[in-house]
Amino acid sequence: MAKKSVWSDNRFWQRSATWVTGFASILLIWLTFDTSAQIAMGNDKNLKDGVTKRVPGPTVINYKITYEMSNKRGHEVPIIGGNDGKGNSLFQQKEKFFGRDDYSEKEARALLHLGKLGSQAKNCMDCHTLLGNGAYYAPDLTKAWLDPAWGPDGAMQALTGKNTKEEAMAEFLQHPDQYPTHARMMPNLGITAKEAKGLVAFLKHMSSIDTNGFPRNFGKIKGAVHGK
Amino acid sequence: MASKYLTGTGSESKQLATWYFTFAAILFGAQLLFGLVAATQYVMPGFLYGILDFSIARIIHINALVVWMVFAMFGSVYWLLPDETGIETVGIKIGKLLFWIFAAAIVVVVLVFLFIQVGKADATTIWFITEGREYIEAPRWADWGIVVVALGFVGNLFLTGMKGKQTGIVTVLMADMIAFAGLYLAGMFFTDNISVDQYWWWWVIHLWVEATWEVFVGAIAAYGLIKMLGAHRQVVEMWLWIEVAMLFGSGILGLGHHYFWIGTPEYWWEIGALFSALEPLPLVAMFVHVLYDWGKTQGSEEEKGNTNSVINNKPAFTWFVLNAFGNFLGAGVWGFFHTLPQINLYTHGTQFTSAHGHLAFFGAYATILIGMFYIAVQGTNGIKVMKHTRASIWATSMITGGMMGMTVALTIAGYVQVIVSRAQMGATWAGYFDGQSGMWFQQAMDWRLIMGLVIFTGFIILAKDLLTTGKNPVHER
Repeated sequence: MAKKSVWSDNRFWQRSATWVTGFASILLIWLTFDTSAQIAMGNDKNLKDGVTKRVPGPTVINYKITYEMSNKRGHEVPIIGGNDGKGNSLFQQKEKFFGRDDYSEKEARALLHLGKLGSQAKNCMDCHTLLGNGAYYAPDLTKAWLDPAWGPDGAMQALTGKNTKEEAMAEFLQHPDQYPTHARMMPNLGITAKEAKGLVAFLKHMSSIDTNGFPRNFGKIKGAVHGK
Repeated sequence: MASKYLTGTGSESKQLATWYFTFAAILFGAQLLFGLVAATQYVMPGFLYGILDFSIARIIHINALVVWMVFAMFGSVYWLLPDETGIETVGIKIGKLLFWIFAAAIVVVVLVFLFIQVGKADATTIWFITEGREYIEAPRWADWGIVVVALGFVGNLFLTGMKGKQTGIVTVLMADMIAFAGLYLAGMFFTDNISVDQYWWWWVIHLWVEATWEVFVGAIAAYGLIKMLGAHRQVVEMWLWIEVAMLFGSGILGLGHHYFWIGTPEYWWEIGALFSALEPLPLVAMFVHVLYDWGKTQGSEEEKGNTNSVINNKPAFTWFVLNAFGNFLGAGVWGFFHTLPQINLYTHGTQFTSAHGHLAFFGAYATILIGMFYIAVQGTNGIKVMKHTRASIWATSMITGGMMGMTVALTIAGYVQVIVSRAQMGATWAGYFDGQSGMWFQQAMDWRLIMGLVIFTGFIILAKDLLTTGKNPVHER
């Protein structure tokens, strides 16, 4: 008679399960340390020194943000303060946000804090997606700040009677039921003017996060469907 | 095996289990009802606008889902503990008290969601109204309540497991439930950094539904096979350990497939793709395992000349088999569809995810937990062999058929979004609505609502069957 095989031994499989689980957990924890360092929010000094962070500091709201192809990465990346021609940020070109482009680190952080709190207090994620996560009843907000609909050629500034993107967004957020764009309308969530400003800062900041090229081709294609 | 614990009447643990199951079934109904509201809003956007908006209907839909499953999972553990350990659950009085605290807290949270809905952009809202993070919107006070209840539950499980007979199933549950409870802590903090926010948020969501909950299902399936078929414990538990190795081996690092686009580094593309692509394997194994044990046990009985079915609970076993297949199909196949980053770049955040989410939660969890409801009905009514009734067959067919139909509808809607909104239109606001107003998308939403009604009707029949089948004379006693 042959000896009982280890492959049919419960203890062997119990130990294997423990080792596999332990190994996977340790690897995850190790990767978490690395990722946490890479996604820690930057600061004003990084922006001034031209250091690209995956999640830039809150004063990124003082800069012009675009979403362009990176030669090195092979997909689109957020470009902050101008493009060097190869898809790297220059951190030079400013852009006024509610009439100012000199928000201090403290002011910008407070705005972002208010906006992030607001995004949770109003349950944004239960209709919209943020970074692609959430509900699918309303458009994704990852790069909403860069959406042509809110730009100079889009409909939203004229609709809300405002001259800038941020003011149009803030007006819409406060009275979404007054500016219906589709049969499916955003409800009035009691968003105040101050909260709206914070939310727009939050959206502008989110558009500067390096999302590895998601969403692809954002805002690049005009009239592809109806051939306008 | 014929101890007093076989029936619910002799065991306080089993009595508590039936409380958990009852409350779970009520929440299951609420989940479906609010799902119908949300589905109706896709078809008729004006429906309850400004009163019960989509966001609120959806919050209740998905939170009721999570909570009914957690209740049914706690119930399942309280049900099987006396059978497995051979003793009454330790600390059952505290367990009962915690049940009422848990249930009361859930009622308060739901009422606040329904009637207060949103708050000011401040910490008070996060603490008392909503945390606004998908699936775990419950405000912070309730988080702490859940932690206390979960600790009590895990405590009871550990004390009972250590005092009584610690079978393989109990050992797996002990390790799994402590991880399950501990992971909730990862979702209990606020940060301004949305990438960090979502990084840890996925620890809760993914490591629950694609790791610890799956292992829980493995343990429950093992218990069910022993209980309903008389399958050989050593074989079943060996499979269970293999499943644990495969589930945690793939599922823990499979977490990476949520880290493709949230600001996290590119290396998650490779890690997430590799490990999440392996995630369906244990689900295949679990399916094979259930059918294998069934065939083996039946075959050995037939060799002895016994041609009767070895299954002592037909409705429960039906749900367990549906679980084995539904888990593979919903979590495995539909998950694999869009788990590679090259595809996920376009499918992420579309109805594709929704199709997968619906079939996976149903196939992997709803099925086996409904099966546990039937095991409890059998136990509390002292039934030796429980048979199908017309109602149980109708309920099973309608719920399962409706779910498949809904999944197909959502998948088609997802395709439209992927092609029109994403690939053609580059994911803008205009692109989003172009996709939503497409004929195929709208037809898919109509079908989703119809299928939702089929499921809800099936649920009503299921509830009726669960409440009445125990006294039905058709069963062998």
